[in-house]
Amino acid sequence: MNDRFEIPARLRNTSLILIVVGIAALIGGIVCLLMSHDDVARARFWLVLLHDSVFFTLITTVSIFIMAATSLAHGAWIVAYRRVTEAIGANVWLFGTIATVVMLLIVYTFRDAHGHNTIYEWVTPGNDKIILGKKAFLNPTMFTIFTIVALGLWAWFGRKFRALSLAQEKAPQNDPKIYWKVFRLAGIFLFVYALSQMSTGPWLWIMSIQPHWYSTLFSWYTFASAFVSGMSLILLWVVYLKNQGNLQLVTTEHMHDLGKFMFAFSIFWTYLWFAQYMLIWYANIPDETIYFKLRQQGPYSVIFYANFIINFVMPIIILMARPSKRNYFTITFMAMIIIFGHWLDYYQMIMPGPLGANWHINWYEIGIFMGFVGVLIFAVSRTLAKSSLVPNNQLLLKETIVHLS
Amino acid sequence: MAIKKFAVAAYDDEEVLFPAVKKVRGSGYKIHDVYTPFAVHGLDEAMGLKGTDLHIAGFIYGLCGTSTAVGFISWIYTSDWPINYGGKPHFALPAWIPITFELTVLFAAVGMTLTMCYLNQIMPGVKKHVFHPRQSDDMFVMAIELNSHMSEKEVTAFLKTTGAKEVNVQMAEEGWWYGRWDKKEPYEALNAG
Repeated sequence: MNDRFEIPARLRNTSLILIVVGIAALIGGIVCLLMSHDDVARARFWLVLLHDSVFFTLITTVSIFIMAATSLAHGAWIVAYRRVTEAIGANVWLFGTIATVVMLLIVYTFRDAHGHNTIYEWVTPGNDKIILGKKAFLNPTMFTIFTIVALGLWAWFGRKFRALSLAQEKAPQNDPKIYWKVFRLAGIFLFVYALSQMSTGPWLWIMSIQPHWYSTLFSWYTFASAFVSGMSLILLWVVYLKNQGNLQLVTTEHMHDLGKFMFAFSIFWTYLWFAQYMLIWYANIPDETIYFKLRQQGPYSVIFYANFIINFVMPIIILMARPSKRNYFTITFMAMIIIFGHWLDYYQMIMPGPLGANWHINWYEIGIFMGFVGVLIFAVSRTLAKSSLVPNNQLLLKETIVHLS
Repeated sequence: MAIKKFAVAAYDDEEVLFPAVKKVRGSGYKIHDVYTPFAVHGLDEAMGLKGTDLHIAGFIYGLCGTSTAVGFISWIYTSDWPINYGGKPHFALPAWIPITFELTVLFAAVGMTLTMCYLNQIMPGVKKHVFHPRQSDDMFVMAIELNSHMSEKEVTAFLKTTGAKEVNVQMAEEGWWYGRWDKKEPYEALNAG
């Protein structure tokens, strides 16, 4: 079957406009924030770039993760729209590069008027005994090497899975060689992913913004957040392509499965969010409660409660019933809501430490976010248009056609 | 419950079963039930069964669990026996969430299991008529309810044309009842001759 996706002019123009908006916001940010003498404004400039680049890297990497996990489990249900996950995964390098550049610039160049790095405090620890005690782990060399290796591996695996899938099209019919190669690589990728996204990565990139505070399940929590929004991102692409008349093999049954993932992992996210919150609330140790003091009772309480309502209350009420998971409008609406909600979640992980009460969600934050969305649409749609949307000659293609959720 | 007459057709392949189910329904017969050795996907739709309301029952059970937990714990710790635990408020909701969650799951799980047993008419110590001894082994068995307006011969001849390997007519209790498997039921004597 040949199911080609021609990029509609409207989609390309939208993505280009979004990119232009993002670049305008970036230039505006450089002029108004980075070049000002206000340390908080300069920190805001970098933090917003950090927030968006890390968020988009993590949610696009989820596509590689779900491909690897289903490959290991011989899952057929995802094969119908495997090209979408491949296309998103093949563009991880783009966001990974942006994130690496932003983070390394913050580590090596960002200093306030007194020579302190207010975003990553551990770069300039001064006489702080607690931070000095963590020096073996929290130092620029470790940060640089880990970031480049982890994001480089993600990017490589993302492109490799797509290349192998395209090679399968040209392989002899029913030849299992590439299938088992993907199987082995999937196992290796999950190992890499578990050691980066699910443990060390978020410690270095996000948790170290407040280096005095730590939580042992922080990485799981960020993973749950990224996973549910990554699945929502896949769902949005699948719905869009179906609206264009592509992806005829994807039925309501496949959409129902994606809806179930969105619902189940919203609950999973809440579970981890609450597990982290409750232990700190119960133990009531000042070192730990400072994190939630700032977020729940401090200047961020609006975002804190909005986060809980958008990411838990709305999915559980709206997505619980079976008909709502099989309705294209509800799942599309909820996918957008969930992505926005978890964007807010990352916002309240990253901003409170350095910015304190001086947070904004204003032209700069929204402009940069739109820019990243534009880059995502532009890059992924270009990759999608390069090959047939039906993964021809895939061993599990027949199973995915008759799949019932 | 009542003892009724059934025409029973046994098939040896699900690929024969599906068209047969469609044909039987298309001819206007009422299918009592189809018994298969394993779960056959899409059979419920082919039989025209409505979706179950079990999940709505589960939601209600879950709500009962939530309200039981929150109600009971808050009554204990705010009015019956208020104790100061580590300076926490008496109404310490976050600390109760795990128990509330567990009780919600427990109520929903136990309630749904029992409701499912009731809907499927299965339970320890409960008997149901077995139309064909191989219906849990390798045969797909369809039972059609007969009434006084239908001719046995016509129905059995029709079922033969749908590809059935075995066709017969049985008297059977349609529902479930308390009973023991080692004991013959009185109505089973009706099928002897």
